[in-house]
Amino acid sequence: MDELNPQPEPSIFQRMRKKLVPEGIPEDDRGRIRMVVDSFILHIHPSKVEASTLKWTYTWGLGGLSALLMTILGLTGIILLNNYTPAAPQAYFDILEVNSNVWFGELIRNLHHWSANLLIVVAMLHLIRVFVTGAYRPPRELNWLIGVVMLLLVLGANFTGYLLPWDQLAFWAITVGTSIISYIPLIGNWLSQLILGGPEVGANTLLNFYSMHISFIPLAIFGLMMYHFWRVRKDGGLTRPKSANQIEDGKVERVTTIPNLVHKELIFALAWTSALLLFSMLVPAPLEGIANPALSPNPAKAPWYFMGLQELLLHFHPLVGAIVIPGIVVVGIFLLPFFDLNLTSVGIYFRSQRGRALTLLAAGLALIATPIWVLLDEYILNWAEWLPTWNTLLSNGLIPLVVILLPLILLDEWMTKKYKADIEERVLFIATFIFTAFIVLTLIGIFFRGPGMSLYLPWNMPISH
Amino acid sequence: MTEITTSTQNLSRRDFLKIAWAFLGGVAALETAGVFLAYLQPRLAEGEFGSIITAGLVDDFPPNSVTHVPNGRFYVVRIGDGGFLAVYHRCTHLGCTVPWDSTAQKFICPCHNSQFDQNGIVENPPAPRPLDLFALTIENGEIKVDTGNITQRQTYETAQVVYP
Repeated sequence: MDELNPQPEPSIFQRMRKKLVPEGIPEDDRGRIRMVVDSFILHIHPSKVEASTLKWTYTWGLGGLSALLMTILGLTGIILLNNYTPAAPQAYFDILEVNSNVWFGELIRNLHHWSANLLIVVAMLHLIRVFVTGAYRPPRELNWLIGVVMLLLVLGANFTGYLLPWDQLAFWAITVGTSIISYIPLIGNWLSQLILGGPEVGANTLLNFYSMHISFIPLAIFGLMMYHFWRVRKDGGLTRPKSANQIEDGKVERVTTIPNLVHKELIFALAWTSALLLFSMLVPAPLEGIANPALSPNPAKAPWYFMGLQELLLHFHPLVGAIVIPGIVVVGIFLLPFFDLNLTSVGIYFRSQRGRALTLLAAGLALIATPIWVLLDEYILNWAEWLPTWNTLLSNGLIPLVVILLPLILLDEWMTKKYKADIEERVLFIATFIFTAFIVLTLIGIFFRGPGMSLYLPWNMPISH
Repeated sequence: MTEITTSTQNLSRRDFLKIAWAFLGGVAALETAGVFLAYLQPRLAEGEFGSIITAGLVDDFPPNSVTHVPNGRFYVVRIGDGGFLAVYHRCTHLGCTVPWDSTAQKFICPCHNSQFDQNGIVENPPAPRPLDLFALTIENGEIKVDTGNITQRQTYETAQVVYP
């Protein structure tokens, strides 16, 4: 008997352990660390990174923070599903239940809400960081494109999620937001009906948005995120200035990922998670009365990240304000890496001393010009009245568009002629100008627009009803 | 024989099959896209908004009055000479519900301050066109509005008015 069966049969637990860790768990610390390292961290990170890319003030950790927020959103989103019915008006009552009768319900909802809003800001800042350090240049063009697509998807996720509480805020923000679609030439009406599931925002819209919000959009973001991470490695890690960290013989200083990078990431993630938790305990996510299709609140505003767009709509024919201008901007962002090719300044904030000055100049000009233009257009310019026989697409669309584009083109000409600005500096200048103008428009929309969408000073704002 | 050789030089059997497969694959992809689009078409509920709604009797509406019918999403407008219009309450700018301001005698949209006169004609942009109309008929002194029949218009014409 002993010769045939020298050892006892392994127990079920031993067999399970054998399956999970075939080589067994190493006895020494070093071996155990290596095991974890091999199996997880080094799937995402290279084993060594250049010391200069670890500098906190270079990346500000914005990409990592976006990934952390996506994780929080995924987890809180999955758990919120268990207390939500995507039907009108039950959806609203479910949110009330979550807020009042579900253990930790309000905390989870607040965490989901604030993480989603923070993600928009952080993803936007990440894009700006990559832009101002020229990190989208070859060979990183593709990752730039993927990043922009993900930003659009994040906006889509936010927008579809905005409707789900089915309160007045949600209903009218989505009504205003989706009406923009019907201005797309030729297919607008058809597309709007398809997305809304009818002529107006209603029960079908809620179901459509819910389905997009929990299936297609998160799946797409998840897939692209994996690809985005992989491409960072494939394209040679983070960008860094050519001169950074060079030791005498032209070699760069490299440090091991563990612990130099991983510890930083852990501390960063923990700090942000605690901050978000604390914020979500203190500040409740907004929730107004149940959606009432017969009563538009005054003012009815789009979600805050679309307030810049809504501000444009106050000044332009919708085809220009909602389709042409945003279309040009998005296409421009996509094409950036294909006409800004100067590789010498990669990794340097604002390219050079002169670039720094140009950025400041562009931001300053936009900061002054945008409010002046808004005030002019609000109180003095009235093309539709001055040209009553013209089609409003011309009088209220094309003419104001030319009026704002002309100074920008002249400015660009002047820079090229007088200061011999190269393509890189012109891109920096124009992009900074447009971006700053857009931020100013967004702030005006959020803080200076009151009842009837008239301009008010924030401290004189009448209480809306 | 020579004829066959010439034709095979133009398109080999292998190339023909390649093209045929690509073509069939394209057709299949189009079919799939068509099925998905058809599946996602709006589902209209019967008896709800979209059907014919009785707003009331002709005599319920005095001349020069504007009456909101919320479940039909429209206003019954009776103009000074006794004619009727059924005006969709949805702003043509961005879809907000436009309330009637009886003191200003205007429709004033709360979202972007578009203003329309009693007939729904734009007095103040950004609205790009007048408020839409529903088909209105008068049967036996009753006002019936077909909310499934929306007419977009560029101007106000007397032909839009229905007289009892």
